[in-house]
Amino acid sequence: MVNHSIEFARQIRALTLKLVYNAKASHIGGALSMADILAVLYDGILNVDPGAPDYVERDRFLLSKGHACSSLYATLGLKGFFDLNELDGYATNGSLFLSHTSHKIPGIEVSAGSLGHALPIACGIALAAKRKKEQWKTFCLVSDGELNEGSNWESILLAPQLKLDNLILIIDYNKIQSFGFVKDIVDLEPLRAKFEACRWNCFEIDGHNHSELHDTFVKCKESADSAPKAIIAHTTKGKGISFMEDSLLWHYKSPSEEQYHMALQELNQYK
Amino acid sequence: MRTAFINQLIEEASSNNNIFLLVGDLGFSVVEPFAEKFPDRFLNVGIAEQNMAGIAAGLAMEGYCVYIYSIGNFPTLRCMEQIRYDICYHNLNVKIVAVGGGYAYGALGPSHHATEELGMLRTIPNLVVCAPADPYEAKAITTFTACYNGPCYIRLGKAGEPEVHKHTSDESKQIVKGTILSIAETGNTTAVFSTGSMLKYVVDFIERNNIASSVYSFPFIKPIDNTMLLNLFIKYKSIITIEEHQASGGFGSAILELLYEFANQGLLAQNQFPKMRRIAINDQFYSVAGSQEYLRSVAGLELKMEYFD
Repeated sequence: MVNHSIEFARQIRALTLKLVYNAKASHIGGALSMADILAVLYDGILNVDPGAPDYVERDRFLLSKGHACSSLYATLGLKGFFDLNELDGYATNGSLFLSHTSHKIPGIEVSAGSLGHALPIACGIALAAKRKKEQWKTFCLVSDGELNEGSNWESILLAPQLKLDNLILIIDYNKIQSFGFVKDIVDLEPLRAKFEACRWNCFEIDGHNHSELHDTFVKCKESADSAPKAIIAHTTKGKGISFMEDSLLWHYKSPSEEQYHMALQELNQYK
Repeated sequence: MRTAFINQLIEEASSNNNIFLLVGDLGFSVVEPFAEKFPDRFLNVGIAEQNMAGIAAGLAMEGYCVYIYSIGNFPTLRCMEQIRYDICYHNLNVKIVAVGGGYAYGALGPSHHATEELGMLRTIPNLVVCAPADPYEAKAITTFTACYNGPCYIRLGKAGEPEVHKHTSDESKQIVKGTILSIAETGNTTAVFSTGSMLKYVVDFIERNNIASSVYSFPFIKPIDNTMLLNLFIKYKSIITIEEHQASGGFGSAILELLYEFANQGLLAQNQFPKMRRIAINDQFYSVAGSQEYLRSVAGLELKMEYFD
């Protein structure tokens, strides 16, 4: 199971790299930091059907850090939500595949680009499920930097009040935001204590360890606890491509031809 | 108007199980009957309008017809981006309701003067923008929005406004999207176009001074029925627009835009062009306490006899 999702994550990274390289797009660092999270979620955790992306009983997954959408598009394409060839136009003239998530794409629940929007929406979706007594879960993935946005904290305060035990928030804590290290801009620490003080059931894991990711997701889905769940996933920006790792530059930069081939070679050696 | 709104919403919710009401910790002694009757479709999200708008979007994605309710600028300006991006871009079935349009909360100061939101909101695609004039229109707009599948904004007055519409059972006054309502057709030269709760003042002024002028109420600022509007442009030589809103981008602006649009399309000949006068707030904040009537007067939202010469 884990080996399968590890190979899936490698494929996601390789396709993400190709998309960003071809479009000369940005934000590859944050797309790579969440690749393992996506791989595990879409490899058996999320109850979704590529052939029926809107079926009612599906689990909902909302990507809030919409700028990192290249790896989500790669994930959905590899899972068969749409023809992979459609991704060729990613972020180029006329393509529906914008360089922020678009709800016009099968499998994407919400468009996101402005930060701090998806968690309140996820609360609404989770609330709807509670009121309708539906069993499906709502997952929301946010970046660390976007926790600067006050709108998130409005939701973080309210979700436990509403006992949204069906809401699972994942924080891709890669420690870097637009201008530098999170700790130097708006330090989030102690982050776990903040969530726990707000009465969330909080988990802190290695966001690249597939066993930990898998087990934590299962625990969250099966929990009988009435609290919403927060998973602080410690990750590395640019994970999987050594020269991109932990570097602010790759929040913005697009790889050159030489860098593209170097990166691809590195990913292929783990095949 | 707020009582007419909530009573009608309760009626709509009795036959439509998808109607959900969110409030931002406001609406004390107004929304309780709804909350008591439909506890599963009511939530006070607290003082957090961005979250309220986002939650509304999420609920609407799951099939609810969601009303969000607060006062003044809080459910609009405070969460403008959530309205634009989460609600309107996704074209969701969310109705944004603001109580206290214009200077209704006059004495509370500029924080509570809702005098810019129409201009901001009417630039947003997919959004229907409504400003009912009296309890009759508030009730009709509530029914319209409950039946309409898409985002709407409803600017209400406060409480206790009298009915201006006299024949509420008149079928010609059924409200459909974009409609313009005829209040008085006593003159063929001049017409006053009013939106929102200015209507009562306009009708009183016309009647008190025995002026031969027609009056039309615009419960919709966007869209406005183009055919009806074009006919009014052709019919009247002089048109006065009046609104409790900044001149920039508001109701009068919308009317002027359409006038020039019709002219550009060749629908209106040069000699049919009416003389236009726009009564609106002149790009200022007013840091003075007072009633709604007082602030309207200070801001120059008044008709004058010479406008009808």
